[in-house]
Amino acid sequence: MISAPPILQMRGITKRFFSVPVLENVDLDATAGEVHAVVGENGAGKSTLMKILAGAHQPDAGSILLDGEEVRFSHPREAQARGVSIIYQEFNLLPERTVAQNIFLGREPMRGPVVDAGAMEEATAMLLTDLGVEHSISPRAPIRELSVAQQQTVEIAKALSFEASILVMDEPTAALSPHEVEALFARVRLLQSRGLAVIYISHRLKEVFDLAGRITVLKDGRTVGTVASDAVRPGELVRMMVGRELDHLFPPRAAPAEIGAVRLRVQGGAGDRLHGIDLDVRAGEIVGIAGLAGAGRTEVARAIFGVEPFTAGVVALDGKPVRIRSPRQAIRAGIGFLTEDRKREGLVLPQSVRDNALLAFRSIGRRQSGGEAASSRRSVVDLARLVELRAASLEQEVRYLSGGNQQKVVLAKWLATRARILIFDEPTRGIDVGAKAGIHELMRELARSGVAVVMISSELPEVIGMSDRILVMRDGTFAGELAAGASEAEIMLLATGEMETVSAA
Amino acid sequence: MSAGSPSTAAGFEQELTRPWRERAWRQTRGAAPIFAILLSLLVWIAIRNPNFTDPPVFLAFLKRAAPLMILAAGQLFVIISGEFDLSVGALITAVVVAAAGLTEGDPGRTWWVIALLFGLGAVVGLLNGLITTRLRVPSFITTLGMLLVLQGAVLFWSGGAPRGSLPENFRIFGRFGFESVPVIEQLPYSVIILAFVGIVAILLLHRTTFGKQLFAAGGNRRAATLSGVDVPLVRTIGFVLSATSAVIAGILVGGFAGISQDAGAGYEFQAISAVVLGGAALGGGSGAMVAAMAGALSLEALFTLLNLLGLPKPSRDAVQGLIIIGAVAFAAYRLRRT
Repeated sequence: MISAPPILQMRGITKRFFSVPVLENVDLDATAGEVHAVVGENGAGKSTLMKILAGAHQPDAGSILLDGEEVRFSHPREAQARGVSIIYQEFNLLPERTVAQNIFLGREPMRGPVVDAGAMEEATAMLLTDLGVEHSISPRAPIRELSVAQQQTVEIAKALSFEASILVMDEPTAALSPHEVEALFARVRLLQSRGLAVIYISHRLKEVFDLAGRITVLKDGRTVGTVASDAVRPGELVRMMVGRELDHLFPPRAAPAEIGAVRLRVQGGAGDRLHGIDLDVRAGEIVGIAGLAGAGRTEVARAIFGVEPFTAGVVALDGKPVRIRSPRQAIRAGIGFLTEDRKREGLVLPQSVRDNALLAFRSIGRRQSGGEAASSRRSVVDLARLVELRAASLEQEVRYLSGGNQQKVVLAKWLATRARILIFDEPTRGIDVGAKAGIHELMRELARSGVAVVMISSELPEVIGMSDRILVMRDGTFAGELAAGASEAEIMLLATGEMETVSAA
Repeated sequence: MSAGSPSTAAGFEQELTRPWRERAWRQTRGAAPIFAILLSLLVWIAIRNPNFTDPPVFLAFLKRAAPLMILAAGQLFVIISGEFDLSVGALITAVVVAAAGLTEGDPGRTWWVIALLFGLGAVVGLLNGLITTRLRVPSFITTLGMLLVLQGAVLFWSGGAPRGSLPENFRIFGRFGFESVPVIEQLPYSVIILAFVGIVAILLLHRTTFGKQLFAAGGNRRAATLSGVDVPLVRTIGFVLSATSAVIAGILVGGFAGISQDAGAGYEFQAISAVVLGGAALGGGSGAMVAAMAGALSLEALFTLLNLLGLPKPSRDAVQGLIIIGAVAFAAYRLRRT
C-alpha cells in the first residue's frame, strides 16, 4: 500500500536547548495519503520534532526533504508556503475575530486598498463546505462563540487554505469529548483520502491504532523505531515507549512501621476537569501520582492547595473535615505545594534566598500550628543546612542559583511553615542527575520524619523508584492504584487506557 | 555566574557574624548610581553658588525638597508592589484647598482638620487599592481617574478660586522650625518630619514582614499568592501609604507655598521620576527606600541647578521627561545584561 515515494523525509534531526540534547539523530518520513502517528512519553521530543518541521525551531543537525528536495525553514511562514501546516494543542486563533478573518489573517484578499470581505467569506465558506461543516460554522461567526471542536475545525480549514500537503496535529483530541473525537477522525480520514500526509501526535494508543497506518516511537529524544500499526500489539508499543535503565539509585522505601495514620483524605473531589477524586495519604509515606500530560494531576494538587478548590467532595486533614478555599488557608492547615514551574510559581527570582525561604512563613504570620516559630535568622541557617543548600550566602538572589538549589529553597520555604503535607509537582524537572538524587533523599527523609508526601511526576523511573504507592490518573480521575515497584508498562497501560481500571483505591 | 564560589554551611556561619551595615549596603547597592548623581549635582550647585554649603542654606534646600522626598517614599511602596499612583498630585491640591476652606484661618480648627485630611487620604488610598485589586482596573487608569475626580471636586467646591486661608499654626509645619539652633540657626519642622517619615518608611519597607510581602507581590504575584501572601491586601496598603504621604506632603506644601488651585500639579510625575531614578523597577519587585528618597533629592537639586543656570521654568518639565525615559532605559539595559 505504501509504495509512493515519501513526500516528507526528516533525517538525523538533532536539537539541543542550552546544550541539553532534546532530539538526537531522529528520522521520520511520511507519504501522501498516510496517517503517521508519532508516540512517546511526555518529554520524548515529539513536540520539538514537529516544531522543527514547522520551522518554529531550527535543527542543530540533520536535514528535511520535501518531495526529495532539501529545505531549510527559518520561519513558520516558509514552512506554510511549502505546504507544511501544524495545528498545535493551543490554537492560534484570535477570539474576537470571525472565522474568515482568522483563516485569512495577514493575507486577506484585497480589492484596491480595502479588504474584500465578500471574497474572503466566500473562500472560507468553500473551505468549510470541503470539511462538511458549512451548516454548523458560519464564516462570520466570532471564534469565541465556537466550541473547542469547532475551533479546531477552523484550524484545519486554515491549514487547508495554505494548500497543505503535510498536516501535523499535536494531541488533537486532548480537549474533545468522545463524539467530537469521532467527528475529528472522520475529518482526518477525509484529508487522508485527498492525499494529504497527516502526522498525528498522541499518547492515546487507542486513537493511534484506530487512525494510523504507521507508528514512529520516540523515547528520550531518539527514534526507537517505525512500525506498521497492524504488525504490533499495544503492549509491545508501550514497551518500546518506556523500556529503559534506571539512571540512579533511589533511597529505600518506607517500612510498614513508618507509615502512620491517614493525614490527608479526599473523597469524591470534583472540579472543572476532575471527577471522582478519592485519595488517602498517610503520614510517613510517599504517594506517587502518574499519568499523561493533561490527565489532571496538577489540577488535583491545585485543588487540594486551594488554588482552584474542589467544587464537590470532602477534604479531611487528620480526620477532621476542612474547607480550603485559598492557598493561605492551605498553608495555615499545614500543606505545602512545590509547583512544577519553580520560576514562575515557586520563587520570587529577584529576592534573596532568605526572603524566599521565609515568604510563606511571613505571610501567614505566627498563627501557624506547630508552636515555636522558625522566624529567627538562626533558623534560616538551619533550614539552609537541612536542605543542603549550596549558595554564596543567604542574601544571594535566587535567580543565580542552579535548578536543584532553587528547588531546595522552595523546599526550605515549606519547612519554615512546618508543613505536614507536602505536594511535589515534578520535583526534579530540569534538575541535573546529581542534584536529583539529593532531592529524592530529602523527600524520603521528610516522609520518615512523619510528613505525608504526594509526588506528581511524569518520569516513570522516579515514580517507581520513590513511591510507596502509585496512583495513575487518566481523563480527570484515578484510573487505578499500583503497589510499590510496579513496572513502567503497568503504569503506561493504565495511563493510556489500554487496560481497564484494576483496583479501586 | 554565581557571585563568588558556592559554599556550604561555612558560608552561613559567616553570614551570622556579618555586620548589619554590610547587609544594608547590599540591599541598596543596586541603586548606587543615584548617590553618585546626587553628589555630583550637589557639588555642581556648590560651585555655582558657594553659599550652598552654609548649613542654613542647605537646610532651606532640604526644607524645599521635603514634600517630594516624602511623596517618593510613599510612591515607592506602590511601585514595588507593581502598581502606579498618579493621584498624589491632585490629592496634595485637595489637601491644601480643603485645609484652607475648612479652617478659614481659625487656629482652633487646625487639629481636627488635619485629622480629617488624613481620613481623606486613607479613603483615597483605600479606593485606589480596592478598585485596582478587586475590580481589576489597572492602577494606571484607577489613579488617573482619581486624579481627575479630585481635580474636579476641588474646582467644584472652590468654584475656581480657593476660599479661606490657612491659620498660622497650620502653616508652621512647612514654614518654620526650631530657632536659634547653633550652627544651623533654624531646624525646620519639615526636616524633622522628613526624617521621621524616612525612618518609618525604611523600617516598614525593609524590616517588616509587610515590606517583604510587598516585594514578593511585585516581584512575582503568582509565587506570592501560592506562598500565602494576600496580594490584594498588601497592594491596597501600599496605596494607603502613598495617599498618606501625599497628605503629609500637602500639609508642608500648604505651609510654604500657600493656597493655590495647582499646589500639587506635577508632583505625581516627579514622585515617580524620583523613584525610578532611585533604581526601583517599574513593574515591581525591586527598590530601596533610601535610594528613592535620594532620587527625590537629586531631582530637587537638578531643579535648583537649572534655576542657577538661568534656564526657564518650563525646561524643568522637559528635563524631567527626559530623565524618566533615560532612567527606565538604563534600568532595562542593565537588566538585559545580567
